[in-house]
Amino acid sequence: MIIGSRPARFQVVVDKNQCMLCGRCVENCSYGVFRIEQDGIVTNTRNCVACHRCISQCPRDAITIMERPCDYRSHPVWTAQMKENIFKQAESGKILLGGMGNAAPYPILFDHLVLDACQVTNPSIDPLREPMELRTYIGKKPKQLEYIQTSDGDTSLITELTPNLKLETPIMIGHMSYGAISLNAHKAMAQAVSEIGTFMGTGEGGLHEALYPYQDRMIVQVASGRFGVDVHYLERGAAIEIKIGQGAKPGIGGHLPGEKVCADVSCTRMIPEGSDAISPAPHHDIYSIEDLKQLVISLKEATEWKKPVFVKIAAVHNVAAIAAGIARSGADAVVIDGFRGGTGAAPAVFRDHVGIPIEAAIAAVDTKLRKQGIRNEVSIIASGGIRQSADVAKAICLGADAVYIGTAALIAMGCRVCGTCYRGLCSWGIATQRPDLVARLHPDEAAHNVKNLIDAWTLELAELMGAAGINSIESLRGNRDRLRGYMLDQTMLDVLDVKAIGA
Amino acid sequence: MSQITIDAAGIHYTPLNKQIRQAVRDGASEIILKNVMGQRFIGDGLIGSVKIVIHGVPGGDLGMFMKGPTIEVFGNADHAPGNTMDEGTIIIHGASGDATAHSMRGGKVFVRDDIGYRGGIHMKQYLNKRPVLVVGGTAKAFLGEYMAGGLVILFRMKDEEPYAEMGLASGIHGGEIFIRGTVKEWTPGIGSTAQLASSEDIERIKPFIMEFSQYFNVDPSELLNSSYTRIAPVSARPFAGKYTWE
Repeated sequence: MIIGSRPARFQVVVDKNQCMLCGRCVENCSYGVFRIEQDGIVTNTRNCVACHRCISQCPRDAITIMERPCDYRSHPVWTAQMKENIFKQAESGKILLGGMGNAAPYPILFDHLVLDACQVTNPSIDPLREPMELRTYIGKKPKQLEYIQTSDGDTSLITELTPNLKLETPIMIGHMSYGAISLNAHKAMAQAVSEIGTFMGTGEGGLHEALYPYQDRMIVQVASGRFGVDVHYLERGAAIEIKIGQGAKPGIGGHLPGEKVCADVSCTRMIPEGSDAISPAPHHDIYSIEDLKQLVISLKEATEWKKPVFVKIAAVHNVAAIAAGIARSGADAVVIDGFRGGTGAAPAVFRDHVGIPIEAAIAAVDTKLRKQGIRNEVSIIASGGIRQSADVAKAICLGADAVYIGTAALIAMGCRVCGTCYRGLCSWGIATQRPDLVARLHPDEAAHNVKNLIDAWTLELAELMGAAGINSIESLRGNRDRLRGYMLDQTMLDVLDVKAIGA
Repeated sequence: MSQITIDAAGIHYTPLNKQIRQAVRDGASEIILKNVMGQRFIGDGLIGSVKIVIHGVPGGDLGMFMKGPTIEVFGNADHAPGNTMDEGTIIIHGASGDATAHSMRGGKVFVRDDIGYRGGIHMKQYLNKRPVLVVGGTAKAFLGEYMAGGLVILFRMKDEEPYAEMGLASGIHGGEIFIRGTVKEWTPGIGSTAQLASSEDIERIKPFIMEFSQYFNVDPSELLNSSYTRIAPVSARPFAGKYTWE
């Protein structure tokens, strides 16, 4: 049965009085919205995804994009989205796939937590004139230090220390694979983290040789597909991350569609061109927590115990118990990815309905590890919906050692979160492999933007700490007394172990 | 060109691997490990052309990430020998556990007897890197699942009945599996097809039949003159039709 056309999602209007027919919109739109005809610019509004590339390039502000120019009858239950999803599935019988992170309107816990500042009784600190310690070490910390007195009266440390990553700011860039995003996007982020003194993840796509100069700043990922993984890849990374799960799609694997497996991606992933790159849902050599330990140790043995090994999981209901298992597996850090984490493509039903928010997961994991006396065994890296420096500060107060950002770094490079990454037509040259589109993203310029963003957040973090009278990130970590819950119920306050405002 | 013998009795795998790496650095061409008793990760991430001879039973992940060496085991092997292996050869004079040759990307694994569940799972290939798993005995369920490349050969030397294990090559999207004799019609998993191997197919696997026969001192004529079932992917895009865009 034919359901027929649905209203266009966006309406694109070109103001003919403003337009000077320069044609930049035609040139820039990779989705085919614009064309020039005799009487001016003509639009095929249905193709628009609201990526705003045209608007950003229009010299005359002649373009306007409006959402939902034609409404359905409004209804609180049967929203336009619900109806359109049903139309699509009634027509196709298939799983609905969407780009970017969780699009369901859940309340954001970060926005219900407020930070503290000093007034009168203890002085705040001005980061302009006082040193602020934001340096963060990721990895195991010894339970205690043992020294011996040497014959010349000196003391010497005999505790064997395990390798840690040294970060100049507790902000890293998470794993977005080459394949999902472009090489220029990877180069830009790699350059930015190298200049800042922090790290980024390779994602599951292997390490392109253009990134070898930045390899000391790269965390190489080993996921269930083992794409691009060989011993040289492991040796190149500053650390190795085992990906068990992803916040945007907990419990399922990933499929990079064959269209995105071009010659270069094929080379980096070490699979044939045009073949689907399938990451199975589980690692088929890990069927238990004991097997996880075996994979952690195998990576350490392969790299002669010189690299920290992280384990990344999606934040799910029993995240605390799972993290406690990971802390005992020999891993050096646990990465928790909350349900607002981004993705190139995920089944919408997983993206919007599976997993828990990062705020609750950090608190639960930190509490559990402290109660079991093993908090020093692993660092906690939080990711999934970190939008601003305040989120970083709150995540650290809840117990994180550092955060991964993902979408925010892409936005710094121009991404408008249009959510159509899976089409491979990203007009900003980020989530595409089409050479003409990739060329739009200049690695040096984009690196500058990404660096600026992390620098700005780092400055704000220092200001927030100073205002709270804290001069070291160590004193902020797990310091839930400096948080208060605003309009949260008692159960939620208990989970977060945070007092209510005024309490 | 020197041979070194290490007595592995009572040594934990980390110091054992350190000794192996040191021997390789010192230029050993052959390392003989005696009294191996469950030490995991032997040859893990090892690069080079050394030959390691193991007497005893190595533990899990034998030759994981290995690039180049040859390991010959006189005994059984545990979980996942050849896991994510890159280059080199593993010869097992015995049986091996689950996930043998898991995610292997190059090199060869020969097992004289049986292997456990999930053998050759997610093997893949790229250009001249084509992993090969050859098994003299039989394999448990889920053989060659998600295979993205490479070659698996199962001789089932002690079995005459058709192969009857579930989940054979489900999700396979590259590579091929040869099973001597026939398979029950319900064994091939989603995305795979099973057909009688042609004489050209058998010609292609002949070098591996010969190599297997040589390692384990088996008369190759019976293996060469047998009929085989070839299991191959239906498509390189098994998930292409599963989704619709939001």
